[in-house]
Amino acid sequence: MPIDWFPLWLSLRVAVIATLIAMTVGVWLAYVLANHEFRGKAILAAAVHLALLLPPTVIGFYVLVLLGRTTPLGRLYESVFGVPLLFTWQAAVLAALLYTLPLLVDSARAAFEGVGARYGRAALSLGASEWSVFWRVILPLARRPILAAGVLAFARSLGDFGITIMIAGNLPGATQTMPVAIYSAVESGNGAAARALVAVISALVFGALYLATRLGRKRAAA
Amino acid sequence: MIEARIRKALPGAAALDLEFRVSEGLTVLYGPNGAGKTPTLNAIAGFVKPDEGRILLGDQIVFDSGSRIHVPARARRCGYLPPADALFPHMTLRENLVFSAACRRLPRLERHRKVSEIIERFHLSEAAGRRPREISESERLRGSVARAVVGQPRVLLADDPARGLDLALRVEAGRLLRQVQAEFGIPVVLATQDLDQCFDLAEEMLVLRGGRLLQQAAPREIFDQPSSVEVARLLGVYNLLPAEIKALDPARNVSRLRLEQMELAGPYFPGRMRGDQVTVCMRPDELLARPAGGKPGPNQLAVQLVRTAERPSAVRLEFTGGILADVPRSEYEQRKHLREWVVEFPADRLRVL
Repeated sequence: MPIDWFPLWLSLRVAVIATLIAMTVGVWLAYVLANHEFRGKAILAAAVHLALLLPPTVIGFYVLVLLGRTTPLGRLYESVFGVPLLFTWQAAVLAALLYTLPLLVDSARAAFEGVGARYGRAALSLGASEWSVFWRVILPLARRPILAAGVLAFARSLGDFGITIMIAGNLPGATQTMPVAIYSAVESGNGAAARALVAVISALVFGALYLATRLGRKRAAA
Repeated sequence: MIEARIRKALPGAAALDLEFRVSEGLTVLYGPNGAGKTPTLNAIAGFVKPDEGRILLGDQIVFDSGSRIHVPARARRCGYLPPADALFPHMTLRENLVFSAACRRLPRLERHRKVSEIIERFHLSEAAGRRPREISESERLRGSVARAVVGQPRVLLADDPARGLDLALRVEAGRLLRQVQAEFGIPVVLATQDLDQCFDLAEEMLVLRGGRLLQQAAPREIFDQPSSVEVARLLGVYNLLPAEIKALDPARNVSRLRLEQMELAGPYFPGRMRGDQVTVCMRPDELLARPAGGKPGPNQLAVQLVRTAERPSAVRLEFTGGILADVPRSEYEQRKHLREWVVEFPADRLRVL
């Protein structure tokens, strides 16, 4: 039986998009959590981690309830993009995003906290705006660990199974990402496909881990 | 001019609760770890928000809990030097200074003229093109101060900027702060644990402990008349001996004190009563120590030498009863075999707390 490589390309596309979105939202969230005191901070931090601890099926269920075709949010999405969200590859992006965001926020927050309060304070004392403190001082100083966090987030977003199957389903050639395809291959006794996909995903994740470690180490040496 | 009344609960330390007013010039906050020096500076700079109080910088209210004013740090124009240098490591020294100038919205041309001028004034021309980790500690120190000065702050808050550096650099840090104050007319508030630095720099000194202000005056005044036993202990240079006031005579400006087995004559102590339990407070350099000979005279106490300690300028003798006295080295050399001494408490130097 020839191996269908569609899940690999889909997973890569989903992971790249999910990582880009996660980087935008997550880095900002992490910066706020690391540098600001505000009412409800603990609640926000807990909410971010909810997705880390809740069973993926539960998160998937929430998304189904919130974004189904008959819900206000679901209708809003459909009216903007013209197609429903659930059970499309875009839903797989959302699944990967929910799966990877807590990890990214955690590591990005650690990266920001590693910079040390004195640089931010020095910049503020010079009269820098919050914007330029972030873009010109803190982000450049945390660049390497933030990149490492992004690489790890990418690796993780390749790996979601539970949320994906709940909200994107298992439609071969449409929403079947690698973890889902591996499950299907094993179920249907297609050992060759399962082995090939397992090998590819393992190599990708290992490569990402190696890169992330190197990014982390170089900064420590500098 | 800074006027501050600050109350703030601090995790793991005594709450900050103090009120002070300092004028232009160089002010030093002195106190041990946990005294509240850093939280005080942070509150003035706007990095933390006090629970209660009011802070005035010049004629601007930057914090007032009553009317819910809290001007953000970036709008306070307080220069800030943290304990470790905070030059941005990813920028060259010149870029650091330009960043500072840009933050103050100086016009572009003015910006570069100003930065170049400051680089000259702090002798940083050679280091300007390099990053902080490629330049010497002394250059980093000057660079930090220069970057703060470029922004024309209305006060420079220095949180022990030379902590942990060697003596030469600490001296240089002091010289720089004086330069900032004298040449650029920027008032400086320095937090330090270094008593020498207080004397060297401070026009006004605030002694802090446990989040409270114990005394505020010129260093010389504090040294001559610490306001309490606590302050005297913090300065760490006093003989503190419990005594009782036996007699007071304002008319003749005399008093008599009972100190263990001896009577001391002193000046009149305003505000004290007969029978008060007080602490006699004498610096080791004020006590006169002589070899014993005959019966001790007035204000003299016979003591035995317990140990000696070398000091940079003198030899410190420790006698029975924990009494410390400094004698010049030459004087001590001639008498070092002696064990029996007398110490005299000069009546005019006698002070009680």
